[in-house]
Parts: sequence; C-alpha cells; structure tokens
Amino acid sequence: MNKVAEQTQTEATPEQIRDHKLYLSMGLTDHEYDLIKDDVLHRLPNYTEVGLFSGMWSEHCSYKNSKPVLKKFFTKGKHVVKGPGEGAGIIDIGDNQGVVFKAESHNHPSAVEPFQGATTGIGGILRDIFSMGARPIANLDSLRFSAPKTDSDKYFIQQIVAGISAYGNCIGVPTVGGDTAFDDAYEHNPLVNVMCVGLMDLDKIEVGAAAGVGNSIIYVGAKTGRDGINGASFASFQFDSEHESQRSAVQVGDPFTEKLVMEACLDVINNHSDALVGIQDMGAAGLVSSSAEMGSKAGGNGMVLDLDLVPQREVGMSAFELMLSESQERMLLCVKAGQEDEVLKVFADHGVDAVVIGHVTEGHQYQLRQHGEVVADVPVDSLASQAPVYHRKSAVPEHLRDAEPKQYQPQIANPTETLKQMLDQLTIASKEDIYETYDTQVQTNTVVAPGSDAAVVRVRHHDKALAITTDVNGRYLYLNPRVGGQMAVAEAARNIVASGAVPLGITDCLNFGNPEKPDQFYELDQAVMGMSEACEKFEAPVISGNVSLNNEYDNVPIYPTPMVGMVGLIKGLDHVTTQDFKQAGDLVYVVGKTGDGFNGSQIQKMQTGNISGQLFDFDLDYELKIQQLITKAIQANLLNSAHDISEGGLITAIAESTFGNQLGVSLSGSLSVNQFFSETQSRFLVSMPRESQAQFEQIAGSQAELLGKVTADNHLFVQATDGYFDIDVDAAFNIWKGALQCRLK
Amino acid sequence: MKFAVLAFPGSNCEMDLYNAIKDIIKEDVELVSYKNDSLAGFDAVLIPGGFSYGDYLRSGAIARFSPIIPALQEFAKSGKPVLGICNGFQILTEAGVLPGSLQKNVSAKFICKDETLVVNNDHSIFSSEYQKGQLITLPIAHGDGNYYADQETLKDLVANDQIVFKYTNNPNGSVDNIAGIVNKQGNVLGMMPHPERAVEDILGSSDGKGVFQSIVKHIKSRGVIYE
Repeated sequence: MNKVAEQTQTEATPEQIRDHKLYLSMGLTDHEYDLIKDDVLHRLPNYTEVGLFSGMWSEHCSYKNSKPVLKKFFTKGKHVVKGPGEGAGIIDIGDNQGVVFKAESHNHPSAVEPFQGATTGIGGILRDIFSMGARPIANLDSLRFSAPKTDSDKYFIQQIVAGISAYGNCIGVPTVGGDTAFDDAYEHNPLVNVMCVGLMDLDKIEVGAAAGVGNSIIYVGAKTGRDGINGASFASFQFDSEHESQRSAVQVGDPFTEKLVMEACLDVINNHSDALVGIQDMGAAGLVSSSAEMGSKAGGNGMVLDLDLVPQREVGMSAFELMLSESQERMLLCVKAGQEDEVLKVFADHGVDAVVIGHVTEGHQYQLRQHGEVVADVPVDSLASQAPVYHRKSAVPEHLRDAEPKQYQPQIANPTETLKQMLDQLTIASKEDIYETYDTQVQTNTVVAPGSDAAVVRVRHHDKALAITTDVNGRYLYLNPRVGGQMAVAEAARNIVASGAVPLGITDCLNFGNPEKPDQFYELDQAVMGMSEACEKFEAPVISGNVSLNNEYDNVPIYPTPMVGMVGLIKGLDHVTTQDFKQAGDLVYVVGKTGDGFNGSQIQKMQTGNISGQLFDFDLDYELKIQQLITKAIQANLLNSAHDISEGGLITAIAESTFGNQLGVSLSGSLSVNQFFSETQSRFLVSMPRESQAQFEQIAGSQAELLGKVTADNHLFVQATDGYFDIDVDAAFNIWKGALQCRLK
Repeated sequence: MKFAVLAFPGSNCEMDLYNAIKDIIKEDVELVSYKNDSLAGFDAVLIPGGFSYGDYLRSGAIARFSPIIPALQEFAKSGKPVLGICNGFQILTEAGVLPGSLQKNVSAKFICKDETLVVNNDHSIFSSEYQKGQLITLPIAHGDGNYYADQETLKDLVANDQIVFKYTNNPNGSVDNIAGIVNKQGNVLGMMPHPERAVEDILGSSDGKGVFQSIVKHIKSRGVIYE
C-alpha cells in the first residue's frame, strides 16, 4: 500500500472544507476563513493551507485576543536591551552581560497528560532562552492545583512534578524556585507555568530572522512525528467534561536530545556567528510557526521549504502533519549561503541531526513543496504578522458588583490552634516534598535554594547575583483584578527586595478564562493595567511573556492568575539576605503598617471555605517607600534576615522565619490576634543584631515596630493585644513540613 | 599536576568539576571528550555527574561503551586516581571498574538535598584530608543512587576497608548506608554525593574540598611524574 497516496486521499478538498466548514474544527472562525479566502489568497485554501492558518492564527501564536491588552504593558527602561517580541527579553546587568528571561504556560497539555505536559513546557522555554544565545542558568515553576481529594488529583500533581523533575534535572539547569498554591478554582485546569533565566554576553545576541535571498533554512534536532499535531489550536480551546481526552495533541519530551541540541546551538551562536543569520525554536505550531515568523521578521523576502527533506519519524506524513506537528527538541536556523557545511559540521560533532530543508527566496511567498508538487503557497506575512486582532467586549463580572466592602473578621477562640491550622494549609505549608525532587544546585551557582522568598543565583567570577521569584495570588485578582494585578507585581518585588536585590524586570504568564466572554476579558484587561502600573512604579518593565486563555472547565473559569516572574540584581554578594532568623538575641521588627486585610485572605478561605467581599486597600506609593527602606537597610548591612509578609499574615511569616535554624522568638506587638493573620501588603518581617538598632530605626522611622527578639529555646511566643500564640517551634515545623506529604499519600 | 574531567553526551556536572579544580583547588584541569582514546599526560581523572545518554537503558550503561573507556580502564589499572561522582560512579560500576551497582532510590524519586556523611576510611587517596568518624555535609542529587552489592562483595568491601563514605541518614536505600567506595587497589573512588558542589561556603558547604585536596596531596607527596 502506498501510505502517501492513502493519506492524501483522506484529506478534504478545498470545496469540501468550504461546504462542510471543516475549518471550524481546526479553530478558525467563519470570519477568519472568509478573510483567508477573499482577502489573502483570493481563492479557496487547500487543507494544508487551512492548517497553516489555524495554527498561526490561534491565540497561542497570534495573541489575536490579547494583543490590544498587551500593548498596555510598561516595557521601557534604560537597561532593557530587548523587550517583548523576540523569543525572550534581555536586560543589561553590566560587564557586557545580559540576563535573558521568559515564562511559558503548559496548562492544557498538563491537564491532559501531566507528565509529558510538564516536561515539554520546560523544553520549550529552554529553547526560547538558548535561541537568544544565552545559557540557561535557572528554572522556576509556578504551579496551581486544587487541594488533592481523590487519587486522580494526587496522580496529576505527582506526575506534573515528576515531569518537571525528569526533564529539568536531565538538562542540567537548576530548578531554583517557584511557587505552588492550592485552590479548587484550579480543579480540572491546573496551571503549569515555567520560567527560564539565561545569561549571555551582550555582543552575541541572536534574533529569529531569515534575511538574504539564497540563504539556507536548516532544520535541527529531533525528527518530526505525529505528536502534538496542531497543539497550538488545541491550547486555545477550552476543556469540558464531554471531551475528556485529546492526548494526541500532547507532545513527548526527550531531555537528552534537548541537551545535545542546546549545546550544539550555543556552539554555533558563540563560535560560528559569522555563518548564522537567525535561529528560532520550533515551538507552538512547529515548523510553520518558526519558519513563517523567521521569514516575516526578516521582511521583504519569501521562503521555500521542501518537505521531503524534513527528517521524519513516521512514514506517510502529510504536509499538514509535518507543518503542524509539535514534536519537541527542534530548532530552525537561517545560515548564509555557502557556509552551510561549517554549521552542519558543528551539529554532526554534537551528534545532532541537521539538514538544509529550504531557502530564502525573492518575493513574499511562503511556499511548501512535497513529492514534487507545491502543496501550499501563501504570502509569508499573512501567516505571521497579519493575523486578525480582536478588540473584545468588556463587562464587570457579576461577583464584583455590589461586593461587600466590610472586611471579613476571623473567628479565633484559640490563637495557637488557629496558627497550627494555618500552617497545615497546603498553600502555606512547606513545598519541600516538591522541590526536593528538583536538582537545585547543578552549575554550582545557587546561593539561596528554594524555601526563601526569592532564589539567588550568583554570577560566577563577578561580585553580583540574580534574585528570581514567581508570584501571584489569584484570589486577590478574583476580588479585584486591577489591584490584584498590582499586588502580584508588588509581592514579587517584595520577594526580590527581601533577598537583597533591586528589581530589574518581569516576565509573565497571563492565565485567564475565555476572552470572548466580556467578564473574563474585563479581568484580563484590568489585571494587565494593574500589573503595568506596578511595573512602572518599581521600574521593572515587562520584557517578555505568554498568554494562556480559555482556562475553563464546564464553562467555569479559573481565578484570573497572571503569574509574575521577576528578576532582580544583587550588587555585592554580601547583600544576599534570607528569611531565616540567624541567631538568638537578634531584634525582630515588623516593617509597614498592618490593617484589616481579610477579604481574599487565606484565613477567610480557611474559616469560610470561600473568599468574598471587596479586596482590602493597597497603595503603590506606600509599597515602594517600604521596599526602598528595606533595600537601604540591607545595603547598609544592618539586617540578618528579611521576609515578605504575605499569605497567612505576620504570624505565619514569624513561624516560617524560625524554621530554618530552629530558633525561637519572644515577641509582643500592638496588633490584635486577628491582625496577626491580616494580609495587608507592603510589610516585611526583619531581624538584626542589636548593633544595627539605632541606624535601622533612623532609616525606618515610624514604619517599623519592634516586636522582641530571637531566642535560643526553640519556642515561639507572640503576645497580641487580646491573646497570645504559644507553641514549640518543632511542633509548628512538623505540621508545616508534613502537610503536603500527608495530603499527597 | 593535571586533572582530566571527562565529558559524555548528557554529562552536566563537568563544568562544576572544572571550576572547582581551577578556581578553588587551583590545579590544572582539562575537559576530555568521550571521543578521545587516550588519557596520556593526566595525573588524575574525574568523571562528572549528569545524565550521560539521558540515562536511557540504565544509568551509565551506554556511556561505558564510549571510545574513552578502554583508556580509562587502563588508567585505573595503572594505579592512578580516578574519581567518579554520581553518574560517574554509575559509569564506573557499569564499566566493571568498581563492584556493585546503583539502583533506583527506594522512594522511586529523584532527591536533591544536603546529606551528612561519616568518613569511614581516612587513609584512602581520596579521604586523607579527613579524620575517620568525621561528619561532613555534601549534597546529593540523584534518582539512581541506591548502591547494591551482594553479601560476598559487601564482605570484601568491609574486609578491605573499601567503604570510604557512609550516610548517617540513608536517603536512597543503599546497602550498609554506602555513599562511596574504592576499588581493591584503592585508586578508584565512586561516590553518589557531590563534593564539587561543596567547595565554597557561599554555596552552603566547603566540606567537599577535602576529596580533591586528598588527591592533590597524594600525587604531590609521591613526587612521581607518571608516564
């Protein structure tokens, strides 16, 4: 049997596509199909061409629903070398060095096949970083799950974590941090967001462009198979209980191949840059996306690809399948005519397949050939830069109208018991069971490993380091997307500042529901505006990011969850600060005013099973003032510890700071027991030796309240105005440490 | 003196070893590709951690067929120091240079954390800078670190004082809490913990320096130029 012929026969004709509206099942709307037919091609598109457009015009590739919103982001800054647009953004950190970072979501694949969904998420983000010419130096993972109730819930969590572990460890990039939170809003739609940070010499920037007629297009890496066909459109669908499995749309990761591809590409970029015109990851929408984007960015030229030359893992693959496969560990290069052999030899030396599959041509057409025939012929810009853009309608969600302004008041009979219950909440509890399965130290630069506010990775041979964190609290955004968006950036910045750094910039993963629903679009739009306001305030521009929409199950959206990944610079390794109390006798202060911040808080959720009401107040100016105060104190070497006060409030922060070195505290404050659980923003818990006191109080003025001191007796005692917390540190630690392990068994 | 650090496809700790030797131990060091077939000119060979060939089939099982392996076996036979760390240890057992084998951790999960080891033999060429019974903190980072040897082999290891490091809180199920062993001649050490990750206080521990300093002391005290 001739498989090729058979395959071709099963493909619908252009007329059938039109008459039976077959494009709908590929994710294109009637309007988009008409646009292709009438305005772009002036003829009926064939099956392959419809496939090309469905991939390239998916939200995942074109940002057609989010583009108008993304334009609102604050992206400027004097250190920004490259902002949003390329694979990843770059910020100048001095000494001819640039830090490169980006985040990516793999929510949909992970919901279907948790292990491979997670592995391929890491693979993809790594390629985005090394295709810029940067060596990946750190990975972080931001995960959202529902609290595990069934064995299936546990399986999903364990498999997602196992996937991150399997791929990240093998590739030799340390997983240094991240954040994990639990809420039933993420049931059936877990969030798997991965961030990668790379380091590069600024004189070696590479961009994904193909220019110059006659230059060669080189395919590099794993062979193409039938995995992840049209995954980009799949990622832009939403899930429901009627359509459980779309497993074929999920790809399979091979970290070993990725490692070889990475080393080979970095070799080409660093040592053969003369020959290299452009380089791009084959990510979402695979070969079509990488080649069309490369061609479109170069401008003014066309491209022809011979699909018979594409390395194939299976026989009889159609043009549609070859172009839309999302097989992993593949890159596309544009290499100067005449220098192909030089580049091909590098790949051969690294044991990586590389083959010339096409050329840059005169004109503007993107042409595919297979078996001696032209199988697709479309204007290159129509795929990449001329995708339609939608300005969606926006409406205030019902739950925000008439929300109760009064703050929830916790009901606490026994403060110590409530603290114990708080430490047992999965969002609060230790995540060691997760991060213990990640190699956090390979490359031997990890100064602060997971478990403190931000991870710290030093820059070898320089007296500086990078602080890196991920953060967002979807509950805050659910109650107020704009202020919640500000808070997401602010908390990330507090993490960065607490570790001794100054914010450099952010990347993001915008995880939202269906943008065609006005209330969902409102959340996206408001959140971006809030984030942008905060970014501008902290001078931390958005340099890259990713959008994941349609995170819904049976029409119920997740909480709006724009993950913020922030990187900061620590100028001087002696400024590195962690959250743990260091020695008995040190003075403990809370910095920043505490109010009644209870709507949307962990204690409201814990005590009522829900969150409701208007989100508590937040002031960006005050936030900045407090952060600058902490930075000043750290840079004057006054502090022994600093910890951002967030979920679970001040008492949770105090308990967490005792755990690292098993020290106790004897404290008393002017707050009520309830207020010790308040999640008012703009606050830090710090400790310092007595010698620092005078200078610190001069810097902090009325913003800091002395609570007491660190003790050697392994006991936590905190006096509030109307009660007290009293527990052995060991006992508190065991609850906090054991909660997740216990719930995942 | 000059160290060789071998690099296989999928190795990922070779630069960590290289940097530790160059920047901290301050000795000559060179990366040597798995494609080479000679180790002439080197005084000691280090085999790094990582996932050679993706750990496909079995950790170290494919790397042991690399062109460099016969030269490595020859190097070991000649009595010169060879240190295999993590995946390097796995390659050495697969290549038959060290007895026993490394199985999946009993938890079936990859584990990365600091472990306290006790120095069980302080007169090997890899541990002379430590005291017997000394407790040291080194990171582990492995999925297949569960050392296994049959009873007879184990008896030999004990009788010949080949067990150099033991875990105080066995993280992976290793028989007899074994974290590192030498061959009978004492010139080849395989260990799962990573001494190269513990050579600077800023990274959490400097306890690993002693392993490399012991090798340097051994070579320099002998005053022998091999060849």
